[in-house]
Amino acid sequence: MRLANKTCAMEEAVAHIGDGTTVMLGGFGVPGTPFALIHEVVRQGPKDLTIIKNDANEKGMGVDHLLAAGLVRKLIVTHIGLNARAIEMMNAGEIEVEFCAQGMLAERVRAGGAGLMGFVTDIGVGTELADGKPRIEIDGHAGVLETALRADVALIHAARADTFGNLAYEATARNFSPLMAMAADRVIAEAEEIVPLGGIAPNAVHTAGPFVDHVVELGELSGEYGVVRRA
Amino acid sequence: MALSDARNRMVARAAREIEPGMVVNLGIGLPTKVVDHLASDFPVCLHTENGLTGIGPTLPYDEANRNLIDAGGAYISTVKGSAFFDSAVSFSLVRSGRLDLTMLGAFEVAQNGDLANWKIPGKFSPGAGGGIELAQKARRVVVLTTHTDRAGNPKLLETCSLPLTAPGCVNRIFTDMAVVDVEAGRFHLRELAGGVSLEDVVKATGAEMVIPDGDLPRF
Repeated sequence: MRLANKTCAMEEAVAHIGDGTTVMLGGFGVPGTPFALIHEVVRQGPKDLTIIKNDANEKGMGVDHLLAAGLVRKLIVTHIGLNARAIEMMNAGEIEVEFCAQGMLAERVRAGGAGLMGFVTDIGVGTELADGKPRIEIDGHAGVLETALRADVALIHAARADTFGNLAYEATARNFSPLMAMAADRVIAEAEEIVPLGGIAPNAVHTAGPFVDHVVELGELSGEYGVVRRA
Repeated sequence: MALSDARNRMVARAAREIEPGMVVNLGIGLPTKVVDHLASDFPVCLHTENGLTGIGPTLPYDEANRNLIDAGGAYISTVKGSAFFDSAVSFSLVRSGRLDLTMLGAFEVAQNGDLANWKIPGKFSPGAGGGIELAQKARRVVVLTTHTDRAGNPKLLETCSLPLTAPGCVNRIFTDMAVVDVEAGRFHLRELAGGVSLEDVVKATGAEMVIPDGDLPRF
């Protein structure tokens, strides 16, 4: 038996993102952000996107390009403090922003990827984060219902992929990627290196190939992937 | 950024809060500087919510690994025995009681332990990141903050006016003037910073404190 080859041109993979698509983006700050795929989204220009990501990157990087191009209708995020444009667009009502506690975003995505409809938690009880969420009491403890999150498309950055879509992440670039790679109807992975089948040892696979639809090889990495030298 | 003498002493005092063997998350900002006051062979496991236990020293840009940052974006390193994991695992560690201690900043702390540190409606609302779960679920929550805000208003209050990060979560507060514990719904003054009088601290605090008889320890 042989596992299918899912390698694909970036243009062709990203063409699946149409107007109104909900898109998950892996990454926490720079590590794990699929910058090249984001640039291709900007080039193709689908509108009214809902973006699910930990953060909005920084000015001139990643999500900021989507915002600058006016492609975003809504952000579902945990923190946008490093992107002044995101804050301004939120305050001006140009985009809708839904904030989640960081572990709640992770768990909502994980639940979506696990085929669950939601989960019950006490996180946020007694704060405005619980407002509007159904209350559920378990064994006398107050909780709220958090709903699962899924997306039409997830864009994932991997250090290595094989041709079947088995993925391996590097260091803190893992963050939300393995969760999002399970929680979308179509999963597109960009990889710094694509290796033949067997090139990633089975024990070293972080995301199993069946979750991944398309694998795109990156050429030389752009400066966005590099170390950010802050003043 | 060089800290003022008073802030530096606060951070140094806070470092003594960390006990050998603890798993600790240091929040973004002042708490991150606590690590500078720990001996390099001190047995502690530092956690960062973007997916690492076993944080090593911060690296200069020339030596940085583009894939290895802490939650504040600083380029860090690993130590022998470090582990990487995804964000769901990272917060499983926080929520399930495996995080012994977190140190966080504050806009306001109330005498019942309520903490507000993530939102000033109409002025500052970038999102809470991982702070909600750190505040609510770490086994011990200590706050590092200036005793008053820039306008001189007290940050230790009877009740918080800002949206809460988590209710009733704070155990101890380190400020540039004092160490204050939160117990049974009241502030308890424990220590005074060098050169600060009891009257100064009382005046700068927005709620009544329980003050023990006799001289307070200095830090």
